[in-house]
Amino acid sequence: MLSDRLQGKVALVTGGTSGIGAGTVERLAREGAKVVFTGRNADAGKEVADRSGATFVQHTVDEPSDWPELMARIAKDHGRLDIAFANAGSEKGDSNVEDISIEGWNGVIGVNQTGVMLTVQNAIRAMKNNPDGPTGSIIVNSSMNAHRAMGNFLAYSVSKAAVVALAKSAAIHCGNQGYKIRVNAILPGVVETAMISNLIESSEDPAATRAAYAGMSPLKRMANVDEVAAFVAYLGSDEASFISGADLVIDGATTAGMMGL
Amino acid sequence: MSEQGTDLGARRLEGRVAMVSGGLRGIGLATVERFVAEGAQVILTDLDAQESSEVKAVLERLGNSASYLKADVTSEDDWQRVLKHTEEMHGKLHILVNNAGTDLTGAVEDITMESWRRIMAINVDGVFLGTKYLVPLMAQSGTDVKGGSSIINVSSIMGLVGMSEVSAYNASKGAVRLFTKGIAAEFAAKQMPIRANSLHPGFVHTPLLNAGFQRWVDSGVAEKAEDLVAMVSGNTPVGRLAQPEEIASAIFFLASPDASYVTGTEIVVDGGYTAV
Repeated sequence: MLSDRLQGKVALVTGGTSGIGAGTVERLAREGAKVVFTGRNADAGKEVADRSGATFVQHTVDEPSDWPELMARIAKDHGRLDIAFANAGSEKGDSNVEDISIEGWNGVIGVNQTGVMLTVQNAIRAMKNNPDGPTGSIIVNSSMNAHRAMGNFLAYSVSKAAVVALAKSAAIHCGNQGYKIRVNAILPGVVETAMISNLIESSEDPAATRAAYAGMSPLKRMANVDEVAAFVAYLGSDEASFISGADLVIDGATTAGMMGL
Repeated sequence: MSEQGTDLGARRLEGRVAMVSGGLRGIGLATVERFVAEGAQVILTDLDAQESSEVKAVLERLGNSASYLKADVTSEDDWQRVLKHTEEMHGKLHILVNNAGTDLTGAVEDITMESWRRIMAINVDGVFLGTKYLVPLMAQSGTDVKGGSSIINVSSIMGLVGMSEVSAYNASKGAVRLFTKGIAAEFAAKQMPIRANSLHPGFVHTPLLNAGFQRWVDSGVAEKAEDLVAMVSGNTPVGRLAQPEEIASAIFFLASPDASYVTGTEIVVDGGYTAV
């Protein structure tokens, strides 16, 4: 049954307290997976946990010393890991190349790049120990900005491009080692998360800002969180058993080409 | 646990009509079977005679959910017949899989104009004509289903990267990739409810692959087909070739309401072959 195609699987979602992460936690749980998710905001974590039945662990993704306890807990509670969604991301302190501070740069690179590396590293180490051998699916949340950099978000654009290579390198490593662990990157366009909605509402002209975001896609709308979560669920499932090392775009044709005259 | 009728149900294409070219074998057949299993009504085309035993066997297995039409994807007349058949039988069309294709290998200086034109006719004209004739019906039908109608054009990893002595196939599959982005942008710009994406399988156990490998053996590239399978497996990070079902599941995803924001892009299903 496809409705429970993730039954028996254990999933880890970083940055699961809001946005795409929270939507994915809910979707994976609905399809039958046992989900552990992380984040820094305990209140938001509790809310998502109550809603989805998933387990929240307060955790800082780019803090190496936070990882052993999280992974020990997954091993103890579930004895396996099948899906990891390296989703936690930040754009705090980001700017253009002339103005960005070293603190801003290090912060974004830390979460978006080092955090993703630690997630993939720890996921592979856990998946290697699965009772039925080294199996699993790791999904890295990149962005369409990996292909189309933004001038005013230097560190974000750079880090999102970097993690595409990271996913490919990890996929090849897993292949070389004979692990049945797949690693892929997804590249969403603009997604209507609470963060984006707040940005729109707090702008000078919310209607114009909303139209500008929506207009970036030829579909004339932003993606819903659910649409990205559905993509992650597909890649996490055995349906995607031959997809590895790929960068998969979900952007409503935003980067497909030019709109024409 | 099945939640029939919901987006997470086991039969997620209930009430939808799909058309698959080259549907009698390989990726096409696996796709037809998956669509039927998901509750869709499917029209499949291929070059085999209407009354052939192969067609009968496939239709018997698929039951009432499928119908077959002998049609050549390079023929405008045949596409008009496909459209007429679809309109008369179902009155709507939500999913088009332009899957029919052929291959061609050889040194560029040895490829004849005739064989070049043939592969372009099947792999490129076929995709264009299928799209051209079925899009108006798909635009009408797309308004009543979540995520709209969906066109899936089966390209190849050979539409993304070049390979020695594969130039004509490379050119044809590369054309499919960009044709697909063009129509995706066009439909979106005109607010037509049709998504379009290209699919790029790597090496898949299909009759087409087996025939191609056999030709390489005959031309002395390898001693036996098994050696070629071992060589390709060794160059694929996941260490094996794909089964047609693993490509069909990606096509199904693109056809399903789950892919409602996926358009104008390319899905690579190659076990990591082109990640290297």
